[in-house]
Amino acid sequence: QNDGFRTLSLSGHVGFGSLPDQLVKKSIKQGFCFNILCIGETGSGKSSLINSLFNTNFDDPESTHFLPSVQLRARTYELQESNVLLKLTIVNTVGFGDQINREDSYQPIVDYIDAQFEAYLQEELKIKRSLCSYHDTRIHVCLYFISPTGHSLKTLDLLTMKSLDSKVNIIPIIGKADGISKTELQNFKNKIMCELVSNGVHIYQFPTDDETVSEINTIMNGHLPFAVVGSTKEVKIGNKTVRGRQYPWGIVQVENENHCDFVKLRNMLICTNMEDLREQTHARHYELYRRCRLEEMGFRDIGPQNKPVSLQASYEAKRHELYLELQRKEEEMRQQFVHRVKEKEAMLKEAEQQVQTKFEHHMLMHQEVKLQLEKNKKILEDEIAVFYEKKANAELLQSQASVSTPVVSLKRDKDRK
Amino acid sequence: GQSGLGKSTMVNTLFKSKVSRKASQPGQEERIPKTVELQSVTHVIEEKGVKMKLTVTDTPGFGDQINNENCWDPIIKYINEQYERYLREEILITRKRKIPDTRVHGCVYFVPPTGHWLRPLDLEFMRRLSKIVNVVPVIAKADTLTLEERAEFKQRIQEDLKTHAISVYPQEDFDQDPDDRALNDRIREKIPFAVVGADQEHQVNGKRVLGRKTKWGIIEVENPAHCEFPLLRDLLIR
Repeated sequence: QNDGFRTLSLSGHVGFGSLPDQLVKKSIKQGFCFNILCIGETGSGKSSLINSLFNTNFDDPESTHFLPSVQLRARTYELQESNVLLKLTIVNTVGFGDQINREDSYQPIVDYIDAQFEAYLQEELKIKRSLCSYHDTRIHVCLYFISPTGHSLKTLDLLTMKSLDSKVNIIPIIGKADGISKTELQNFKNKIMCELVSNGVHIYQFPTDDETVSEINTIMNGHLPFAVVGSTKEVKIGNKTVRGRQYPWGIVQVENENHCDFVKLRNMLICTNMEDLREQTHARHYELYRRCRLEEMGFRDIGPQNKPVSLQASYEAKRHELYLELQRKEEEMRQQFVHRVKEKEAMLKEAEQQVQTKFEHHMLMHQEVKLQLEKNKKILEDEIAVFYEKKANAELLQSQASVSTPVVSLKRDKDRK
Repeated sequence: GQSGLGKSTMVNTLFKSKVSRKASQPGQEERIPKTVELQSVTHVIEEKGVKMKLTVTDTPGFGDQINNENCWDPIIKYINEQYERYLREEILITRKRKIPDTRVHGCVYFVPPTGHWLRPLDLEFMRRLSKIVNVVPVIAKADTLTLEERAEFKQRIQEDLKTHAISVYPQEDFDQDPDDRALNDRIREKIPFAVVGADQEHQVNGKRVLGRKTKWGIIEVENPAHCEFPLLRDLLIR
């Protein structure tokens, strides 16, 4: 095969200039999916902003401040604009920052993001896989809501963002920004960006390598974090109805660029960079997760002699390893068993020995007692014989005496005897 | 397809450029190899700002020997090798952002214009290959068949394909929805396309057209009344 590719010029119209159109048609038919994760304390304006962004009422009930731990609630919606279908999933962190002890606040979020990566990895590793029809739940962008204190980031904010910046695209947002004045706002933004840089938190940068969008993206990168106001209510201004918040001192218009950065956020998030967000999630964050996970499982690309190792070889090696381990364990168990049996045998033998000794001892005793009894018996028999002899003598004497003496005295003699 | 069926000319006509193997290796002696070889040439072409890396793989020696048994094996091996290469890249721990794709996207099979039926070689080849790659059969050098002969030949080929359960592109199993099926049914009615290839321009009615000049007229390649080359081009490219 030729390795140097020749560049040829066409002498007429071939028609593959329509390749992008063919791709567009196919993509439209398939539809797109986009997953947003909103992190922010309860009441920081997450639901209002999402409603405003997608110009719908997503019907998310208000949550209480008293949840014992952070939970993630995901809801999927199907939206359509022109003929483009979008499967939008919004994941809300409920109870974030509400607890008194907030040490574990960000762990459920990290676990959730990892779980989505894991599900995708499992699907990818299947033998019969259906990636085309797979509902991709990986988080494409994380909107992090910073409280409009006007001072600086909270420790919880820094910790959470640091634990997430290598797993998801983070866009920091100042929520409920209508409480900050223009001058305070710029200082606040600068302070936040400084803190993020000095703490090494990598937030999402709008891409600047494509000439068509690099200019607008560079400008927008300078406006981060976006200060937004969201609203689910509409107010009348002149003869127009716009989204806004009505105060006694005036009306904050959500879509007025002088009032807040909502329009900038919407353009950046949806119109300009949605596809880049999806691509970064897949090509950078997911690949990193996959690499770590596979290495965890024991797979390598390079073998011990720095030679490339195929996945099949890794599988075989691992299987062999486990097989050897299994054999070793079996052998161990077998040895243990033999040992135990021996022990038990020895014990039983000893017991048997003891019983035997006791038996013999008892037999001896039995013999002695028997002998003794025989002796006693002999003595008694001798005594009995003597007694009978005496009795016979006495009767003889009695028969001689009965001729000459009265019975009474004999009786007396007898008694005396 | 066998040698002499106009494969190189056809591919040059399709891409309006000298993309065939012969054109890119001028001066090589034309010989029929003793075994089937596969030779690929890669080009970069651009139209309206869209760049395409086009790889044309030719199979000199296919069907040319006396005993053609298993002449499809090198081809199947080549196709599977490309799949294997892609799979190996995909399975790596640290994998490339864009995996280089050398997999064969389409296989154009040139059927000689006998006018009768598909030959055993054609059937065997298409049966095996339609399982692993998109096969587009075409009737080569169709200027030797009249329109009625063409229609009859096509009918017979379609019957043959159905009898032997060979599913060529566009495959019925991959139809995604009724619109797709309707569009593909219209194409399937006309398969295989009867094509004529030409890389020389002639003057017809004041216009310059690609065609073959004969004593009895000029066969215009891009004229749908003369041959079905435009249909093939639309199916493959547009």
